[in-house]
Amino acid sequence: MPPPTDAEPALRLADVRHRFRSGPRDVAALAGVSATAMRGTVTGLIGPDGAGKTTLMRLVAGLLRLQSGRVEVLGIDVGRDPLAVQARLGYMPQRFGLYEDLTVQENLDLYADLQDVPPAERRARYAQLLPLTGLGPFTKRLAGRLSGGMKQKLGLACTLLHPPEFLLLDEPTVGVDPVSRRELWRIIEHLTRESRTTVLFSTAYLDEAERCDQVILIHEGRLLGAGTPAAFTAEIAGRSFLASAGLGRRELQARLSAAPGILDAVIQGDRVRIVTASTGTAASADWSRAAPGLSLTPTPPRFEDSFVAKLRGIARANEPPLPPASPTATPVATAPPPPVTTGSTPGGTPEEPVIVVEHLTRRFGPFVAVRDVSFAVGRGEIFGLLGANGAGKSTTFRMLCGLLPASAGRLRVAGFDLRTAAATARARIGYMAQRFSLYADLSVRQNLRFFSSAYRLSGARQIARIDWAVGEFDLAAVLDATARDLALGYKQRLALACALMHEPQILFLDEPTSGVDPLARREFWRRINALAESGVTVLVTTHFMEEAEYCDRLIIMASGRVLADGTPASIKASARRDDRPDPTLEDAFIAMIDAAGTEVAA
Amino acid sequence: MSAATTRRIALIRKEFLQIARDPSALAIAFLLPAMLLLIFGYGVSLDARNVPVAIVVDHPDALTASFTGRFAQSAYFRPRAYLTIQSAERAMAANRVTAIVWLRSDFTRGAETTGAAPIGVLVNGVDANDARLVEGYVQQLWAGWLEDRARADGRAASLPITVEPRVRFNPAVSSKDYLVPGLIAMIMTLTGALLTALVIAREWERGTMEGLMVTRVRIGEILTAKLVPYFVLGIGGMSASVALAVFVFGVPLRGSLWVLTATSALFMLAALGMGLLISGVARNQFVAGQIAIIATFLPAFMLSGFVFDIDSMPRAVRLVTHLVAARYFVAILQSVFLAGDVWSVILPNAAALAVMAAIFLGLARMTARKRLD
Amino acid sequence: MWRPIFALIRKELIAVFRDARSRLVLVVPPLIQLLVFGYAATFDLNHVPIAVFDPDHGQASRELVARFAGSPTFSVRKVLDSESQGSALLDARAVQMVLVIDPRFTRDLYQHRSAPVRLVVDGRNSNTALLIEGYANTILSGFALRWTAAHGGPPPAAMLDIATRYNPALLSRWFIVPGVIALLTQVVVLLVVGLSVAREREMGTFDQLLVTPLRPIDLLLGKGLPGVLIGLVEASVITVAATVWFKIPFRGEIGALYLGLLLFVIAITGLGLAVSALAATQQQALLGAFLFMVPSVILSGFATPIANMPRWVQWLTFANPMRYVLVIVRGVFLEGTGYSALASQYWPMAVIGLVTLIAAAWLFRKRTV
Repeated sequence: MPPPTDAEPALRLADVRHRFRSGPRDVAALAGVSATAMRGTVTGLIGPDGAGKTTLMRLVAGLLRLQSGRVEVLGIDVGRDPLAVQARLGYMPQRFGLYEDLTVQENLDLYADLQDVPPAERRARYAQLLPLTGLGPFTKRLAGRLSGGMKQKLGLACTLLHPPEFLLLDEPTVGVDPVSRRELWRIIEHLTRESRTTVLFSTAYLDEAERCDQVILIHEGRLLGAGTPAAFTAEIAGRSFLASAGLGRRELQARLSAAPGILDAVIQGDRVRIVTASTGTAASADWSRAAPGLSLTPTPPRFEDSFVAKLRGIARANEPPLPPASPTATPVATAPPPPVTTGSTPGGTPEEPVIVVEHLTRRFGPFVAVRDVSFAVGRGEIFGLLGANGAGKSTTFRMLCGLLPASAGRLRVAGFDLRTAAATARARIGYMAQRFSLYADLSVRQNLRFFSSAYRLSGARQIARIDWAVGEFDLAAVLDATARDLALGYKQRLALACALMHEPQILFLDEPTSGVDPLARREFWRRINALAESGVTVLVTTHFMEEAEYCDRLIIMASGRVLADGTPASIKASARRDDRPDPTLEDAFIAMIDAAGTEVAA
Repeated sequence: MSAATTRRIALIRKEFLQIARDPSALAIAFLLPAMLLLIFGYGVSLDARNVPVAIVVDHPDALTASFTGRFAQSAYFRPRAYLTIQSAERAMAANRVTAIVWLRSDFTRGAETTGAAPIGVLVNGVDANDARLVEGYVQQLWAGWLEDRARADGRAASLPITVEPRVRFNPAVSSKDYLVPGLIAMIMTLTGALLTALVIAREWERGTMEGLMVTRVRIGEILTAKLVPYFVLGIGGMSASVALAVFVFGVPLRGSLWVLTATSALFMLAALGMGLLISGVARNQFVAGQIAIIATFLPAFMLSGFVFDIDSMPRAVRLVTHLVAARYFVAILQSVFLAGDVWSVILPNAAALAVMAAIFLGLARMTARKRLD
Repeated sequence: MWRPIFALIRKELIAVFRDARSRLVLVVPPLIQLLVFGYAATFDLNHVPIAVFDPDHGQASRELVARFAGSPTFSVRKVLDSESQGSALLDARAVQMVLVIDPRFTRDLYQHRSAPVRLVVDGRNSNTALLIEGYANTILSGFALRWTAAHGGPPPAAMLDIATRYNPALLSRWFIVPGVIALLTQVVVLLVVGLSVAREREMGTFDQLLVTPLRPIDLLLGKGLPGVLIGLVEASVITVAATVWFKIPFRGEIGALYLGLLLFVIAITGLGLAVSALAATQQQALLGAFLFMVPSVILSGFATPIANMPRWVQWLTFANPMRYVLVIVRGVFLEGTGYSALASQYWPMAVIGLVTLIAAAWLFRKRTV
């Protein structure tokens, strides 16, 4: 085969379609995707969960039978000769096939053998990869005992043992802490520079698009756009602003997102970032009516702005125009009635902390999962626990809910230790578990009925609350659908509805937005904000750094320790430097880790 | 060494490391077989021993004593005297005795004058097998008594026929001697089919199969890499079972070890073929486990002649047993242990095993694809 | 206080019946096992292949061979020319018994001398060997008595008059199929209950339950009662199948049967809950259930009598609920045993049920709240 020139694309997709059966349904995972990726570039395959990224990756790797369309990799037709393609590409699946009961070295040796790396070359390759991935000190450790970030780096190392011409990475950065994420990107950039490898990189993190040379944006199996990240943001140039007014930022955000001509409004620091439907601020008079004293500062557009603008465009084209959330009042009006409080004064100013944690420690054998954590949350506050997978936030969370005993320290939720308090004390809290744990075999209606009964609702109140949930969360259309078959966005809404059946004073949310698309995420936070405004205390864990913007206060955890405690603005301010005047929370996190000098990943 | 060989060896080494570190694989490979062997070696016995029998003698005298005395001497019975037939029947209803032997008041007179005095024998037939064995033992005891009496009287035997029963291969007719060898087929089915299917399903579940698929490994290499370790494990289990059977349970091994090993290898290949085939269909451990138990373990237990006699099954079921690989292996095992190298048994059954192994492995190879769908 | 428990039970039942896998567990293994046990698991011998060596060729010997050939138990496959041929056939498992008649058989009989007959039986399956011997003996003594009656000669001093209670035709099926009721109920209850908590753990809904105001006792009842219910329904279906399809006589009181089944199901539910509380995943629960099930079935008297087991193994069986329920099911079906006679079987199961439920409740607390 003649050496191809760089001008030739490394990947060519032509009208790729793929359907598969999921239970009784026939699902279109890909509905006609055409795109190309040039040699020696990093191409981002971007879209929310369920967009079809993994299916596309597997088709490119020749692991799925091509149903319709054409996939060409390095000039080879994948449908015709998958083995020839597999010999030249490297593929790191989402859950990379690390053997967890093998050590790091054993995994490396296995994949070196499987990829025909000659022993002589192997040593040089290890010498190069181990320092790059920081795995050097851990070669004798079982892969199952590594942190999430380390596992991903090991997976990448295994894939790179035989330098491939074309590298497929399926969501390598999911759940990985910012430091490891930065390192993964450094490895990828190193690789493309050194050996002109073509990389196809899929991710649900929109901010990663800006690191790619080109982007393929897909949503629900359809191509939304392809091009350089700059081209995406250029489309909406002049439509992004930071807004402030004499209102609370949540209130402002709620009003602006309901205002006509505004496609997107999200909280950023103390201000609200908006994306307008057209350039200029022609409709600003309308907005000022909604938010008196509004001032807008233009800001450079982000990739996410363009994605949301595109999604809103589709939503408007496909559906009859949604009426504004509520024509007269603010969306807050749709919040549930104020919870039954016990003694505390209404009003929203936190006087007595609702959640108190002092010197909380949890050990699993010799391993310390949570080390001396202290914080307090006031009434009506949204409090965030931030950190990567394995940072200790879920353990802390489970201890607060009474699911796990603490090894040491004191904790109080609404004045109780839920582990020892009577069962009725738990009626004060609502809990939304990771992955939206619902009874997958029950219908939406059955789930609602079950959870309301479990919270001891009965009679007219139960019926009223179920009706409320159906109306508030727009579940009427799917009432008899089995929970398993719901789209992720619906699952998330149903899970929140179930947690709110009994109007709890305190709401625990564990990774409430992971995987859902940006629109569903905004919708979700709109509700949470409304709840907080009505006096509900919210404790939320997340590994999305940007979501921390929604919190009033937060702690950042790593290796079981609290790294920082404060408001998003104060935490970001601590990381401000001359060369970085406007740091993101992620920047702040990385700076803190570097400063602490701890090996987070270990 | 070719690249393909290197890949195969790497995969095989990985498999061994995993087995050694995985408690559930070890449980299926060692704990379950050990448990089965112990239960079958010690716990299960079809031989009726010490059967509780109610003896009711209306008029005890020397003649009745000579008859009932035989029950006390027999290893098969544990006689208990009851004064009336009613009390004996109550004991039977309460499951305290399995059978009643009743010598009526006119027994001695009848035996000494007209002859053919009736001996009432009432057996609880709920456990039909046990009841049959008990009836057989009573008949033997009765025939022996008649013969002794005739000899004592200096007459010819009082029955015109004398039966010389001779049980070949297992003169002590101990059920352990045939259950324990048959068990080896069960144990190898566990490692060959159940464990293999579970282990491959786990690779699908954990996503490691996807990782393997995109390397240069060919599907044939993946299959052989699964075959070799579990083959070794199965043969290891077989050897341990044989050692236990011979040295702990005292089962005779009359045939040659190499025949046993060679036929075990054939059976192991067939079992592995089934395991690979199942794993191609079921990609999670729950389903794989269910299918393996229903499609391989249960038939091996019920339809192989291991416990239940195949000749006595209805024709339709008998036809089905021909599809059960364990059937051929159990026949070989029982012969090699108790009879010796009986080629007329070994050759046709080994041929059947070879055919089944070839079919299952062939199907597994044909249906395996290096694809995820 | 019962409302949340009813909600749990409702949810549990819906979940079991809407999940394809659970439905599979409820339907397929019971069906297959009922068929296999009903038809394949038999100790009754039919068409046992035998060979005959008759160098006598006399009238009596031909009559004897005809008796064997006419019996449904035996089928004469081969008439041999030499005794050594018989060994070869026996070795090859072509026949299971060789009947060797003495050359002077007829002459001896006419002269009122003892005429010898030799039975050579394949002992590789010792149980079959014993049964074959028993059947052959019955035929031989029947022949002998007829001969004596017809041709004169001294009758034997005493004769056996064998009668069989409860199962006069000695059908294995009457013994095995009622046992299957207990066996399948155990399998289904153990799997449904054993997997239920593990499944919720895997799906993450168990945490969700634990943060509701439900108390551990609510959870225990909510998880246990569906198992009891499903177990009783399953047992009823098989009971109907046993009487209607397999025509097993039902001689006792239905209440006596159900009291036993209820206690049994409660004991197994307790065990299932304990397994469930210990297992983190469905796989572990499945393995745990399997590890319990195999010995519990084998050491229950289901196929082999407990009385034949060594003393120490017999002691072990006292902890096995299946041992008691088998006596109850077979007693009620075949013997018509009543409540009072079964009391000694009821109370140990009640004790086991109590112990396992308390253990399960304790494990629930320990593992969760």
